[in-house]
Amino acid sequence: MSARFHGTDSYVATEDLMMAVNAAVTLGRPLLVKGEPGTGKTQLAEEIAGALQRPLYRWHIKSTTKAQQGLYEYDAVSRLRDSQLGEEKVHDVANYIIKGRLWEAFESDVQPVLLVDEIDKADIEFPNDLLHELDRMEFYVNETRQWIKARYRPIIVITSNNEKELPDAFLRRCFFHYIRFPDTATMERIVDVHYPNLKKELLAEALTTFFKVREMPGLKKKPSTSELLDWIKLLLAEDIPPEALRSDDPKKAIPPLYGALLKNEQDVHLFEQIVFLHRRQGR
Amino acid sequence: MLIPFFFQLRFAGVPVSITEFLTLLEALEAGVAAASAEDFYHLSRACLVKDERHFDRFDRAFAAHFKGAEELFEALLASIPQEWLQRMGERTLSEEEKAKIEALGGWDKLIETLKKRLEEQKGRHQGGSKWIGTGGTSPFGAYGYHPEGIRIGQDESRNRRAVKVWDRREFRNLDDTIELGTRNIKIALRKLRRFAREGAADQLDLDGTIDSTARNAGLLDLKFQPERHNAIKVLLFLDVGGSMDDHVRVCEELFSAARSEFKHLEYFYFHNFVYESLWKDNRRRHVEKIPTLEVMRTYGHDYKLIFVGDATMSPYEIVQPGGSIEHWNEEAGSAWMQRLVRTWPHHVWLNPEPQQRWDYTPSVQLTRELLEDRMFPLTLGGLDQAIKALH
Repeated sequence: MSARFHGTDSYVATEDLMMAVNAAVTLGRPLLVKGEPGTGKTQLAEEIAGALQRPLYRWHIKSTTKAQQGLYEYDAVSRLRDSQLGEEKVHDVANYIIKGRLWEAFESDVQPVLLVDEIDKADIEFPNDLLHELDRMEFYVNETRQWIKARYRPIIVITSNNEKELPDAFLRRCFFHYIRFPDTATMERIVDVHYPNLKKELLAEALTTFFKVREMPGLKKKPSTSELLDWIKLLLAEDIPPEALRSDDPKKAIPPLYGALLKNEQDVHLFEQIVFLHRRQGR
Repeated sequence: MLIPFFFQLRFAGVPVSITEFLTLLEALEAGVAAASAEDFYHLSRACLVKDERHFDRFDRAFAAHFKGAEELFEALLASIPQEWLQRMGERTLSEEEKAKIEALGGWDKLIETLKKRLEEQKGRHQGGSKWIGTGGTSPFGAYGYHPEGIRIGQDESRNRRAVKVWDRREFRNLDDTIELGTRNIKIALRKLRRFAREGAADQLDLDGTIDSTARNAGLLDLKFQPERHNAIKVLLFLDVGGSMDDHVRVCEELFSAARSEFKHLEYFYFHNFVYESLWKDNRRRHVEKIPTLEVMRTYGHDYKLIFVGDATMSPYEIVQPGGSIEHWNEEAGSAWMQRLVRTWPHHVWLNPEPQQRWDYTPSVQLTRELLEDRMFPLTLGGLDQAIKALH
């Protein structure tokens, strides 16, 4: 297991992130990733899979997801229905066992990457129900009386948006990384990775404007990396010159296409008010 | 060397367990971290800290513990490649400044002096005008004013940054974004209700099943609906007496209106700050006191603790034994507060005072520090955030 993660062509990983990933890969423990929305938590798993050339299994968690669904489900209803119709396959219970994501990952021929996305969306007991499975990487299928064991311990990446606190027993088994909001230098690298041909001035102006908007007090949802990337994409598509972003020109103080940055009408309103005030002071 | 570090972390209030500590040792043995101090910092943080709220405590404990082991980092520092320093300098220095370096004897001389100083210097250094460190006027170090200074420990240095990463304490304000907003009590109530409805277990929708099975020509078709259950238990600590009474009434009304949504809701009163006793009936507060310890024993860790109060008082009432204005308290209020927040990790303080005024009141600051900034204004936005913080 000498494979090491160093970030990829399309993903800029900070040193502490690389350390956390490599520790999790080496020891075969799950990696819990938290951070502001839009800082690339989900993407991390895809990039690890890509960089280490491992298959990726995605398990997206919803508020109704149960831990059991990740292992397997016994479709009793369709078996009952089949029995009403007199189908042959009704005699073998194995026909009605539906494999979950975890099972699929356990069966993989090479060490897979398993993404458990937004674990905090699920019920509060959800992580506790997976303790043994993540620890031992095995589980028991009651209906068919068989043990399912992982051939290779999957690299498990778990993301959380902090909507619920996770139980201690669960946390103890994970490595933890908090994706901090990138500073200007990292942000430049990130933008560079996504838009390598971006003009220097446009990038500089866009970043200045972006961080200014982020620092504005009272915003309900601060724009994040993914919003910045979207915005730059729009700026490029509209072919907006860098001068248009410079905010010292009072007439154009509102950056163009700011709808990509602010996603909340109260924020937009607040933003316009502040800009308006600035303009009056400028006179 | 690491076992004292473990206990230092626990003492600093980072909840580390033996399992996590063993994981760290395992990772070190597996060679995950190379020999660099920064690697070790990142690795130990990923292993031992599981909540970004604790990052700052970890950083402080780390800095305190490894202060003595600076020589370790020094050895690392001494191995900075020369070309790198040169490249770095060329990028950060202006032409004029470069000329000044020439005046000092040029690059080679500067590097030589740096190496000599490194040998002389023992330990970390800040300020001053000769040693390598931060904030001084020596040519060597970071954040200094010397024009020909070599920036060690600022952005680009991979090795030296290690010392700074935890010194910077970047996570101090991680949960410090507090919003204001005011509307009426109804919306607040709705928010509280949302807070109370937890869980999404499925249960059989019998009517739906019968209906849809009939439509299905008798073939069974099960229907489910989400189950609602109230699992939230709340402990409400209210500040009574004096200016707070109006606010407390609002708050009491609010929570009793939402009462049916909670599994349990218990009230206790205090005056200004929490000490060794609380009471349940404000009219008989001097007769029927309940020891705080008893409350701590009675209600489990899963209770959510909500303080309501303006936290405005003399700072002595918080930090001094005997500081209470009503009675002689053996232990300082801060000690009791620390006990309370450890007993109930889910806690918030709702403050009816406008948030702008908080900064001017030292006791509010003190309380916020004790609560790790989980103080929110008693407004809609504040309630929203408080509820979020409680999850």
